[in-house]
Amino acid sequence: MWKWLHPYAKSEKAFELCARLLPWLSISAIVILATGTLWGLMFAPADYQQGDSFRIIYIHVPSAILSMGVYSAMAVAALVGLVWQLRTATMAVAAIAPVGAVLTFIALFTGAAWGKPMWGTWWVWDARLTSELILLFLYLGVMALYQSFDDKQQGGKAAGVMALVGVVNLPIIHFSVEWWNTLHQGATITKFGKPSIAPEMLWPLLLCILGLALASAALSVYRFQSELMRREIHRPWVQAQARKEHSDAV
Amino acid sequence: MQFESWSEFWAMGGYGFFVWLAFGVSLLALIGLILQSRLARKQVLRTILQEQQRQKRIQASRSKQVKGNKA
Repeated sequence: MWKWLHPYAKSEKAFELCARLLPWLSISAIVILATGTLWGLMFAPADYQQGDSFRIIYIHVPSAILSMGVYSAMAVAALVGLVWQLRTATMAVAAIAPVGAVLTFIALFTGAAWGKPMWGTWWVWDARLTSELILLFLYLGVMALYQSFDDKQQGGKAAGVMALVGVVNLPIIHFSVEWWNTLHQGATITKFGKPSIAPEMLWPLLLCILGLALASAALSVYRFQSELMRREIHRPWVQAQARKEHSDAV
Repeated sequence: MQFESWSEFWAMGGYGFFVWLAFGVSLLALIGLILQSRLARKQVLRTILQEQQRQKRIQASRSKQVKGNKA
């Protein structure tokens, strides 16, 4: 496997792989996300306690799960970048962070818009909400740290260290609803055991999670390509690629 | 469909404001991220092409200098 993977550490190969993946990721993301959202909004039955307000689940849960999933992916890239000193891995960290930040913002905002009608408040300083807010600040910190270095490889290392330290926050977010008394309800879907949600509500939710995951992947891949070009500006293949993309756009 | 009419759909059983606020802002945030990614890419392309032009000009003036020295 290592022999097969190794060429993709080189920037040109990585770029080609991204270019091949991007159309599939984008198209499937749009189709699946649209299907899941429309299904959830129009066809899933209303909740017997929360009425139609529960439909916020179809954006809140996917974005919340992915805010943590994307962070794990970024942390893995950071680890690879620090241990094996791969330039492409630090570029991936820089590409993924803004995507994760937007997902975290969506999770927080939709949570507030759901909390107001159900809990009677937009925001409480409880464990789940506060740790998710810290996740947003971690993403912003990683982005700011990367930006603040002129030498992007140094910036990538600094941002990578911050991303790795921030991993402690992930289990805190996950278990916050069990460790502390909180307004936030427990997990709806767990890997083990039956989900506490009716199947006709669950299917569109799973589609939304998959669709948003694909969208996050597509955006990360696209941003990774841009970061690669920015960092390898003097390489002949980057210049050729820039000429090609520019003439395609005009 | 769970709703009898479009107006019922938009009302969301009285929770319309919160549901559409959540979905609207999420959609805007995603579109914003897509636009920003697109702009950033265009910026990178522009920088690369400008740098190429600059290198070309440097080369051109150098070869001119060499010719001038010979003459």
